[in-house]
Amino acid sequence: MTDHVSDRWTVSTRTRGSSVAVLLMVVVVVAGVLAPVFAPRAVIQDLFFILTMLVLAQCWNLLAGYAGLVSVGQQAFVGFGAYAMFAAVSLLGLDPLVSIAIGGVAALLLSVPTAFFVFRLQGAYFAIGTWVIAEVVRLSLAQWKALGGGTGTSLPSGATRDMPGVRLVADLLHVRGPQATDIVCYWLALILAIATIGFIYRLLRSKQGLGLAAVRDNREAARSVGVDPTWTKSFVYLVAAFITGLTGALIYVQKARISPDAAFSVPDWTAYVIFIVVIGGIGTIEGPIVGVIVFYILQNLLADYGSLYLLFLGLLGILIMLFAPRGLWGLFANRSGIQLFPIRRMLAARTDTKAHGGGA
Amino acid sequence: MNWADTIIQGILLGGLYALFAAGLSLVFGIMRLVNLAHGDLIVLAAFLILLLVSALGLNPFVAAALALPIMFALGWALQYLVLNRTLGDDILPPLLVTFGLSVVIQNGLLEGFSADSRRISAGTLETASIQVGPFSIGTMPLLTFLSAIAVIVGLNLVFYRTSLGRAFRATSDDRTTAGLMGIRSERIFATATGIAMMVVTIASLYLGTRANFDPTQGPARLIYAFEAVIIGGLGSFWGTLAGGIIMGVAQTVGAAVNPEWQILAGHIAFLLVLLVRPRGLFPRAVD
Repeated sequence: MTDHVSDRWTVSTRTRGSSVAVLLMVVVVVAGVLAPVFAPRAVIQDLFFILTMLVLAQCWNLLAGYAGLVSVGQQAFVGFGAYAMFAAVSLLGLDPLVSIAIGGVAALLLSVPTAFFVFRLQGAYFAIGTWVIAEVVRLSLAQWKALGGGTGTSLPSGATRDMPGVRLVADLLHVRGPQATDIVCYWLALILAIATIGFIYRLLRSKQGLGLAAVRDNREAARSVGVDPTWTKSFVYLVAAFITGLTGALIYVQKARISPDAAFSVPDWTAYVIFIVVIGGIGTIEGPIVGVIVFYILQNLLADYGSLYLLFLGLLGILIMLFAPRGLWGLFANRSGIQLFPIRRMLAARTDTKAHGGGA
Repeated sequence: MNWADTIIQGILLGGLYALFAAGLSLVFGIMRLVNLAHGDLIVLAAFLILLLVSALGLNPFVAAALALPIMFALGWALQYLVLNRTLGDDILPPLLVTFGLSVVIQNGLLEGFSADSRRISAGTLETASIQVGPFSIGTMPLLTFLSAIAVIVGLNLVFYRTSLGRAFRATSDDRTTAGLMGIRSERIFATATGIAMMVVTIASLYLGTRANFDPTQGPARLIYAFEAVIIGGLGSFWGTLAGGIIMGVAQTVGAAVNPEWQILAGHIAFLLVLLVRPRGLFPRAVD
């Protein structure tokens, strides 16, 4: 991105690393799109899990790392999005694809009154406030008998098989219905992940992104130059809720079974997500990507140990927060100076002579 | 249904919530630290008492008295070695470290004690009750409530009548200036967390003898404690007691209407207070 500052200077965020990164990303995306052609179903399911956790982590990172909003209640939006999707499919008979969008919108609608309450709480109290809201939503939905109350319910059989594209995928790749559903969900997760990262990157490089960083670094100073902290933070909160709701709905299309305890689980949708971001590196776009890969490897190595695994993850999170608060990516970026998603604006002298003519 | 009885039970339950909350209120008041592991530390203390009771065959009250210095030392060390490193202008490190701690304690307890529900046996005291006029009041709930009042009177005495309390208030107001006067804030903070852990131990004695508990119960206790603190208003111990009572009454009244609504009713009471009085009912601190 270049901004017009003067005839002699340009402001750019491009680095040498970022140009390589673009190439790298194209390769990863192409490989990601083609993965279902050669990868077995288990791998596709794992990739789906990684991508959805990545989206949740990016959203949480946007809140905590950039807007200074430490939420421990994002499971409210995962669960609410998922329940809205279930209601749309089971009760209204809508298509799952449409219902995922409804899930996102429902989470967005929920976030408006939620923001009204939790923004009354400052700093650390905001964290527990979001948690209370998530509990209220969980307990309320557990009363919804049409969707199974406290024990939960399943999607009507065949609902996901009739999803647009599933039959096509089944014929094209010669796979069975359930596997085709997994593949469609995986592609949706891939699109969601790319769109989310792209959106956050654009947001951070925009005027709003600068405002966000300004509010995070010094609220009063930011106000004095005309940035409205409440508006900026509310905007980020609503957007994160929308994307988190979409992700929740998508996750539960693939799972096809829901219960309040699972959909509003603090470990699954908040603890893991926080550890992914903290381990990878809070306040960077690269951090959650690194974090989700480390998280996936750790889970495969240690998942058999059950609670010991979570204990280890908690300890690792504490140690990183104490001794390397910028996470693994922060350690790497500090030493190497590499940024894959550069958002820092750098001043550079103009080299082209046309600039003196007065216009970029 | 007897409404007066329900409300009395609620007030007594509020004593338990005030005990949960007093430690949180103390720590926040002095160092603006919100310990997300507070609930898990309550459950940890309950398991410690259970261990002392079953291993040494002690009376739960004696076991709790033994647990007090252990928990004080634990809190002191936790604050001095870990949490002091996280204090500063940035709210992320203390929140994320205590969140990690919460997960570590929960899963450590699961590993050590399994997910089974436990209970600390208090013998005949569990079912004993006192007849006051037309109402029959359980001895344990009454003891809980009286302990809560004793703890709050004690905390107020320490806070406003002792040199330690003066150091607490001075560090809370201005850490740098207090340091110039020879107050070592690291030690003051460690002592405060130690005292908070003693309150936690008292709370856990009643948590463990009144109902079943298991390693996953911590977060819910943290939420009740937090709600009581916010309802009462930051910085006021008596406010915290009032907040606990409001939570207790809301929950028992909710449960009387429909057992499934107990917890929800407490949360809704909290949200209503937040809506009407964002700074709580008896705010003292500015932030």
